[in-house]
Amino acid sequence: MRQVLNWWVSYEINWDHINEGGINVYKNILLATDGSEHSKRALENAIHIAKCTTGSKVDVVYVIDASKAKSDVLNNWNSFDVNDSRMKQLKNAERLAKEAGVSFEIKILHGEPGPTIVEYANENKTDVVIIGSRGLNGLQEFMLGSVSHKVAKRANCPVLIVK
Amino acid sequence: MTKITYAQTWFGNIKGDILPGLVVALALIPEAIAFSIIVGVDPMVGLYASFTICVVIAFVGGRPGMISGATGAMALLFVDLVAGYGLQYLLATTILTGIIQVIFGIFKLARYMKFIPRSVMVGFVNALAIMIFLPQLQHFVGESWVMYLLVAVTLLIIYLFPYISKTIPSTLIALVVVTSIAIFMNVQVRSVGDIGSISQTLPIFLVPEIPINLETLSIIFPYALALAIVGLLESLLTASIVDDSTGTESDKNVESRGQGIANIITGFFGGMAGCAMIGQSVINIKSGGKGRVSSLVAGIFLMLLIVILGNIVVQIPMAALAGIMIMVAISTFDWNSIRTIHLVPRSDAVVMIVTVLSVVLTHNLAIGVFTGIILSSIFFVSKISRVHVESAVEGNKRIYKIRGELFFASVTELLPKFNYEEDGIEEVEINLSHSHIWDDSAFVAVEKIVTRFRENGKQVAVKGMNEASTELVGKLRNKLGSH
Repeated sequence: MRQVLNWWVSYEINWDHINEGGINVYKNILLATDGSEHSKRALENAIHIAKCTTGSKVDVVYVIDASKAKSDVLNNWNSFDVNDSRMKQLKNAERLAKEAGVSFEIKILHGEPGPTIVEYANENKTDVVIIGSRGLNGLQEFMLGSVSHKVAKRANCPVLIVK
Repeated sequence: MTKITYAQTWFGNIKGDILPGLVVALALIPEAIAFSIIVGVDPMVGLYASFTICVVIAFVGGRPGMISGATGAMALLFVDLVAGYGLQYLLATTILTGIIQVIFGIFKLARYMKFIPRSVMVGFVNALAIMIFLPQLQHFVGESWVMYLLVAVTLLIIYLFPYISKTIPSTLIALVVVTSIAIFMNVQVRSVGDIGSISQTLPIFLVPEIPINLETLSIIFPYALALAIVGLLESLLTASIVDDSTGTESDKNVESRGQGIANIITGFFGGMAGCAMIGQSVINIKSGGKGRVSSLVAGIFLMLLIVILGNIVVQIPMAALAGIMIMVAISTFDWNSIRTIHLVPRSDAVVMIVTVLSVVLTHNLAIGVFTGIILSSIFFVSKISRVHVESAVEGNKRIYKIRGELFFASVTELLPKFNYEEDGIEEVEINLSHSHIWDDSAFVAVEKIVTRFRENGKQVAVKGMNEASTELVGKLRNKLGSH
């Protein structure tokens, strides 16, 4: 309950802060991606929002989770580097952002996805976090945990969850 | 990826390494005991191994943040040896395993691990999971419903406790809760004490009591070689996983040498050979462990726990250990490989399944890996040995265009593809611009084709050979001509 409350409070504060300059909203945009279909839709939204504000920048954040590292390493055993396939996934984001003329940066972070994204967003004074929802049902969400939900609860800025 | 110095791996994250070290020590205990029981030796053999390996690897390992100890992959290879020859041979084999691994490290053979096909690696991991699971079934034979219930409780705690807290490993909570139930409710189920004994003493230096002669060597060498390979395979796989999840590089040859040194010392201190552990390493990293301190703390704390709590450890019910091992098997298995089995090339799926089957049948992971490697080489050779010959006629000249790789496996089907006695053809051109001559079999085959055409009175020209092939043909012509 306290966490939810905190979320609302911080939400309010940041909203005021963002509106201070009048037009200059959403300059620092954080796009959390895992290279999936849902992330692609989130990417389209990130580009759209970035285009609305001049001088905005998109940080494309990809989090490597230690518990998934085993299957990632196994799946890419004979490729030169596991990161090759990840970069391939991110290349698509890079291409679309370039085509749209949006300035962006790719960041690869390590840790549990939810908390890592929140930490990065809070440290870098992100104005908005954009994240895809995996569209899990109730049971799956209980078992797997919803990254987007965690981020929405704990980030000190508005969070756009793209379905 | 960034490189860090040796001093940094010790002092860079001391505070951050201590808590993960304590957590890892707790996570090492169930497996060290359970795998000792699989081998058929006292739990102390596994516990001493995890202690010495953790401590030694902290100093000489090549991958800071990785945790090593007594593992299932290694334990399984000892079963037959211990049944036939006993504990002293296990210790001697452990030392020899270490020596082989040190040699492996010195000769920098780690990079050849990348030659092991992906499907064999997946098969290795899956076979390992099955081999951890199967020995657990014997614990259920002739047991009461109470034992089944305790296993169920263990598994429930393991999978549900993380929703309450992720700081303490859920396997440890399960172990404590189920052991408490067994002690306080006085239920009659088999416990660790019924199978082996725990001595609350530190390991001491001992030279294995075995006759030192060629016969001994011929007994232990095959085991040691298999252990060395399996240990390095799992260690280097784990190192890659740690590299990936921390975004740092590690020296695989230093790690091979380090694993060897750790095993040599372990053998002299009454422990069995071990290797890196995927599960414990992931626990370490997720709790924030990055440096060498966490492995050192894990080893020392593990020994401390045994010395202090030894008489409680013997009361751990086998049901709790069986439950934990079932969880280890489930998390070791690469479930992704089952989900994608219909998507990967048929030959890859066959290699993976054959690797698993040969391990399950022989109980030897090394044999599985070799079978897998040989099978995938055969598939590879048969895939690239298909050669196509296209031909066209220009007046009285026939042009043969060869497409494909020419080498020992592909030349046999090449020779019958030409018509050596065709009427009305005086000139023959063999075009190799879409082909490559790889070895002397290919060279001899082309020579043979040319000679056969000449014998039939036709002019032959070989054209379009690429540079590498031309060079090889030049060399072979000199060499074969000089005989």
